[in-house]
Amino acid sequence: MSSTQQMRGTTKWALNLNAVLVYLFFYAPIFLLVVYSFSNDNLVGRWGGFTFNWYREFAANDEVQTALSVSIKVAIISTLVSVVLGTLAALALERATFRGQRIFDALLYLPIIIPDVTMAVMMLLFFTQGINLLDSWFGIRLSKGVTTVTLSHIAFSISFVSIVVRARLDGMNQKLEEAAQDLYASRLQAFRYVTLPQIMPGIAGGALLALTLSLDDVVITQFVAGPGSTTLPVYVFGLIRRGVSPLINAVSVVMLAISVSLVLLSLILQRTRSGADAA
Amino acid sequence: MVSTQAAQAEQTSVESAEQATVEFEAKAIRQASRRGFLMALPAYGYLVLFFAIPLMIVVVYSFATRTSSGGTALSGWNLDAYRKLGEPIVRDILFRSIWIALLTTVLCLIIAYPFSYYLATRSERVRNVLLVFVMIPFWSNFLVRNYAWRVLLGNDGPVSQVTSAIGLGETRILFTPLAVIIGLVYGFLPFMILPLYAAIERIDWRLVEASRDLYASGFESFRRVVLPLSMPGVVAGSILVFVPSLGAYVTPEILGGAKTTLLGSYVVVQFLTARNWPVGASLSFVLMSVMLVTTLIYFRSGGRTL
Repeated sequence: MSSTQQMRGTTKWALNLNAVLVYLFFYAPIFLLVVYSFSNDNLVGRWGGFTFNWYREFAANDEVQTALSVSIKVAIISTLVSVVLGTLAALALERATFRGQRIFDALLYLPIIIPDVTMAVMMLLFFTQGINLLDSWFGIRLSKGVTTVTLSHIAFSISFVSIVVRARLDGMNQKLEEAAQDLYASRLQAFRYVTLPQIMPGIAGGALLALTLSLDDVVITQFVAGPGSTTLPVYVFGLIRRGVSPLINAVSVVMLAISVSLVLLSLILQRTRSGADAA
Repeated sequence: MVSTQAAQAEQTSVESAEQATVEFEAKAIRQASRRGFLMALPAYGYLVLFFAIPLMIVVVYSFATRTSSGGTALSGWNLDAYRKLGEPIVRDILFRSIWIALLTTVLCLIIAYPFSYYLATRSERVRNVLLVFVMIPFWSNFLVRNYAWRVLLGNDGPVSQVTSAIGLGETRILFTPLAVIIGLVYGFLPFMILPLYAAIERIDWRLVEASRDLYASGFESFRRVVLPLSMPGVVAGSILVFVPSLGAYVTPEILGGAKTTLLGSYVVVQFLTARNWPVGASLSFVLMSVMLVTTLIYFRSGGRTL
């Protein structure tokens, strides 16, 4: 660290200033949005005295409440499914070698790097055109709705869950599982009592990531949502495009509060994990 | 004679035992392989059905024909949709998108490099706290963060109020390319900070000290030691910012105006409004290919942290 001591005064001063400005840049907009959500003025960016009106309107607005409940439903179901599939995929890739492994690995990476818009187009074409084939072959019908939204969210969440769980498995001592099996634990017992507790922070982290991604998604959902399956971000996006209103401020602050609490939760989880590692 | 026979018998038994072990091992490997495949199967099947097949449908549609009624005919396969990407309208949008994405990347780099350097040179405790405050906006709702700028930059918004109060007059930033760039930098800055920080934090500071001992000036030791060693972070961060900026849709929709249509919005319009699916499909396929190639180049060049 002596290099920092050797740094010239001006350099040091400029670095400090830049850091302050970066944090200001990060937090000032969020802070002001929260402030204006309590403003008693019909213009979104003007202070007109304190009020809870916009939050009351948020609670009373049926469309917003429906969208919120759709969002939560989709997020929970897609998280549960993608956590199971993603964890199994991570275990398969880290703990076994099988045919087609490399192709699977590549397929698992694609949803992460593909642009939102491309994925949205893919899902739209699949659910409107490709599904006709499924209908003629197997008689499966699916119209755009909560199901298509959930299926699409699972498609991008699996990859993120498996990356987080794989990172955890990668750092884990495989000898413990072997030791358990040497001590006559069945494969299932070894997994249940040795592997699972150790990768649990990874699974929890993956689940929180999947929840966050599902609650944030606008582009893909907008393409595959039908009437009655509008999620909160899609509803808000629609409102913003028609024109801003203080109600959007309040809804935004609620969405922000949800995502910030999810981040804090995952940070706390990480903290307990590193604590366990130290012990 | 007897002893050779015994030795031979012994040898065969050893051989058969070895063979048995080999067979046993082969069987165990086969079993493990089958187990691995079975575990991967649910996710594998899911991604084939809901990702690989949809992707193939997009490719197929990009070669299809648009009918006069706005439908898509799956016959008369042609390259019309790809040719249309060379037309002036689309080319302008393409260049504008690349230009905005590049500018966003450069701005993020200029802001994030000194910031990451600052982070990496703090003590561990301070650093962890500071990092948490980078992670919070990183994971916060992207739409909301863009909307916040819509509020800030609005006609009678706080930015305009401040500039007119100090005598600079009202600002009209909203719905210009500048507003889009601000929104993109705001959205993707953490993507630049985190890999840069990871790269700078790994630097062995004794090398910097050594360069100073060899009479390098502060600037020189930065240019010839720190900067080259942090290059992997610069490359990773630039890819992580450039790629999503190029395909951005939400930010230009919220902060941009009619004159700032970018690739993402153009694709969406082709699907939801203009109903020219082949063009939308070809453009989104091109967009994906650009990102795939960039990512592959990055991995090939030895990058790991993505």
